Amino acid sequence: MTGGEPAWHTGRPDEPSTAMNTAGRACDRCLARPWLLERLRGHLDRVRGRIAATLALPDEGLIAAVAGADRERVTQELGGFDAARARVRCRRAGVEPICRCDPAYPSPLTELAAPPAVIHVAGDLERFLALARDDGVAIVGARRASADGLEVATALARGLGAAGLVVLSGMALGIDSAAHAGALAAAAPTVAVLPGGADRPYPAARRGLHRRIQAAGAAISELPPGVEVRRWMFPARNRLIAALAAMTVVVEAGEHSGALITATHAEELGRIVGAVPGRVSAPLAAGPNALLARGAAVVRGAQDVLDRLFGVGAREAAAGADRDPLSPALSRVLADVAGGLDTAAALERSGRRPEQALAALASLELRGYVRRQAGGRFVVVI
Amino acid sequence: MLARVATFTIDGVAPRQVWVEVDIRPGLPAFTIVGLGDAAVRESRDRIRSAVLNSGFEFPARRITANLAPAFLRKVGPGFDAALALGVLAASGQVAPESLFSYAVFGELSLGGELRDSPGALAVAEGAHRAGFARMIVPRERAREAALVDGLAIAAVSSLREAAEVLAGRCPAALPPAPPPRAGDRAEPDLADIRGHAAPLLALQIAAAGGHNLLLEGAPGTGKTMLARRLPSILPALTRSEAIEVTRIHSVAGIHADGLVAARPFRAPHHSISAAGLVGGGAPPRPGEATLADHGVLFLDEISEFQRSSLDALRQPLEDGCVTIVRSQRALVFPTRFMLVAATNPCPCGYAGVGDRCGCGEADLRRHRRRLSGPLLDRMDLLVNVERPEGRELRAGPTVDSSAVRRRVAAARERQQARLAGTPVGCNGEMDGRLVSRHVRLEPAADAALAGAYDSGTLSARGRQRVLRVARTIADLEQREQVTLDHVLTALALRQRDQAAAALAA
Repeated sequence: MTGGEPAWHTGRPDEPSTAMNTAGRACDRCLARPWLLERLRGHLDRVRGRIAATLALPDEGLIAAVAGADRERVTQELGGFDAARARVRCRRAGVEPICRCDPAYPSPLTELAAPPAVIHVAGDLERFLALARDDGVAIVGARRASADGLEVATALARGLGAAGLVVLSGMALGIDSAAHAGALAAAAPTVAVLPGGADRPYPAARRGLHRRIQAAGAAISELPPGVEVRRWMFPARNRLIAALAAMTVVVEAGEHSGALITATHAEELGRIVGAVPGRVSAPLAAGPNALLARGAAVVRGAQDVLDRLFGVGAREAAAGADRDPLSPALSRVLADVAGGLDTAAALERSGRRPEQALAALASLELRGYVRRQAGGRFVVVI
Repeated sequence: MLARVATFTIDGVAPRQVWVEVDIRPGLPAFTIVGLGDAAVRESRDRIRSAVLNSGFEFPARRITANLAPAFLRKVGPGFDAALALGVLAASGQVAPESLFSYAVFGELSLGGELRDSPGALAVAEGAHRAGFARMIVPRERAREAALVDGLAIAAVSSLREAAEVLAGRCPAALPPAPPPRAGDRAEPDLADIRGHAAPLLALQIAAAGGHNLLLEGAPGTGKTMLARRLPSILPALTRSEAIEVTRIHSVAGIHADGLVAARPFRAPHHSISAAGLVGGGAPPRPGEATLADHGVLFLDEISEFQRSSLDALRQPLEDGCVTIVRSQRALVFPTRFMLVAATNPCPCGYAGVGDRCGCGEADLRRHRRRLSGPLLDRMDLLVNVERPEGRELRAGPTVDSSAVRRRVAAARERQQARLAGTPVGCNGEMDGRLVSRHVRLEPAADAALAGAYDSGTLSARGRQRVLRVARTIADLEQREQVTLDHVLTALALRQRDQAAAALAA
């Protein structure tokens, strides 16, 4: 980490220090780093430019770069850091830390310029480590996603989950949450990389999802438990998502979306980047379309991701959900809905009686072919 | 000398008999009114003095004491003027006191001695009839309204002088004729004004036929208010007893013009209304919008903008068909049997579902849904999306008119009444779980579809009840006893998005 000292502590249990105890597997030295990040959280918010480069600085350099007048005080406090307290804090929050000295530390993260010293895992640590070794796909995108975008993200995650891949995302509103929910719907584990403390659902509205993710996968963070979210933490966690996943897929994103930061990190790490194409005129398609123009892989569904990761035809995505075959009349309605006649009124204009149009939509909805959205619009379930 | 005159005060929307006793004694000239009168009653002393003098009578220059009995009841308003003035005349011998025994008297006085109209004439006439009076003196403007009560002779008078003459034995003038319908005073708005909107029209018809509360969801300017405004025109005509109840309430509230109310009420309070304004209250308690909409339609536009407390206050009126307002001395009951129609934007910006215009995120939608949710939505059987009609549809002719729809609705209501005879329930919208399971017989395919929807979590138990009630009404509109798959599917399409299911999907 610094100067001439060995940068990588090996926290073996036979070491005389109290490096190991029941609360996870992190050594004293590494635990100081997340403490420092938390201590400097206010200062880090003022960093201009790329936060990843700043976070790559060693402790002294980081303090010198951001702490300003607080420099001496922070250095002093760091000297007095109490690892035992940090462990107690983790244990109380139900979070297990693992540091980069541990041989089981997820190897994809070591490809980062500065791997996080400690990963805090809410959920089962062993399960997370196993998941991190598996093939993971990150599905990220806009918070204010469209109904179609959410549908695509859910279906994609469901398909990848069913094919045995781990879905990673950031649990933000919109696409991220839809991705987690889709994976959970396929009874597949999923990993959420949180900006603040791993024990702290962010956004708070995703409490339920956070609980389900912990039960079936893991919620992780490089910051100690309980840390409140600051602006700089979002781009910082995006680099972790990009590193952990073998492929990053952007579903919907505006021109300046954080999802594009994740994609950029993924590109820099040599990971595969994919994007779901959208209408040229739709603002939410600007991000993915720009990525496609730069050479990202076209992702129309889970099969495209599998083909890209394992070679064409190497693995088959599971067939869509088992649904009853439709009568010719209902098939025509479904085609019309897909073609843009997506409300009852629009279907009536195509020459159906209102009762017919309503009954047909209800029938399609019951069989899982369409889903009703706000404003009485229906989207076709993929 | 002592005189006694019978009159009535309005308590809530019900009449209460009040005896006006006037006693005149020798002494310094004074006029005192006792018996818990409000400011308007105290001021009536000056009105009465001028009215008596201006009518060519003499105002006794002695000690006058008037009592309004029963003394514990708070007396409100100027409606006691005429009774007090006639009491003074009787006590001073200018009118024969015994001539007043068979009369109830009602009305406010002007300084010139004219009898002015005062709200609540019908309620007073009903009270007079019930209390056993054969005749009643009523201001001329309110005579036709008071005459709606059978078995009560109405003396329509326009002044104190005329009232005294009637008491002296002169035959009262004939009732004024019904005013001719004014030009431009069109009857109710008709469904024929509506272009396009096929699904909302269907929903309106189902709502009217089954007495289901209806939620209209659509972008601003799509015609939600216009549709709701036309619901009264397809409801069955008011029966005589319903019309009398509506007339009594509107007369008490002072919003009624003349004679018997013919059209079902339509009330559309602004969303800034308070709970007391909506369900009634104040001191003295006055009927709220829910009561003014009795036997008609209460329309809440922009329901998400109403205060939570106001909407919560509507629960009891919706459940029980009446609202009880308790004041220190007594509890008042206001009838509130209305159909609830509410309108809302689909999202905070209002444009969800309109192309790409909506900029609301998931969090906005969630907040909007939360504002909408609650016990009131549980009472809404139907939700229909109202969309902007196409230009082609606007240029086309009308698709339906109210009278044809009203006939279908009436036929469907008859079927329901025959089926539900012997229960306290009059239409499908009021059926509880027990009645639903007894009267909604599904064909096997419909049963299977509903079971599938329930098992997959698309439908909650309560949502299932709502769908069954609505499907029953759709079958009734088609004059079918069995509920088919199509009926259930249509009802499913017109159901609310289930809060539970929506939360699960998030």
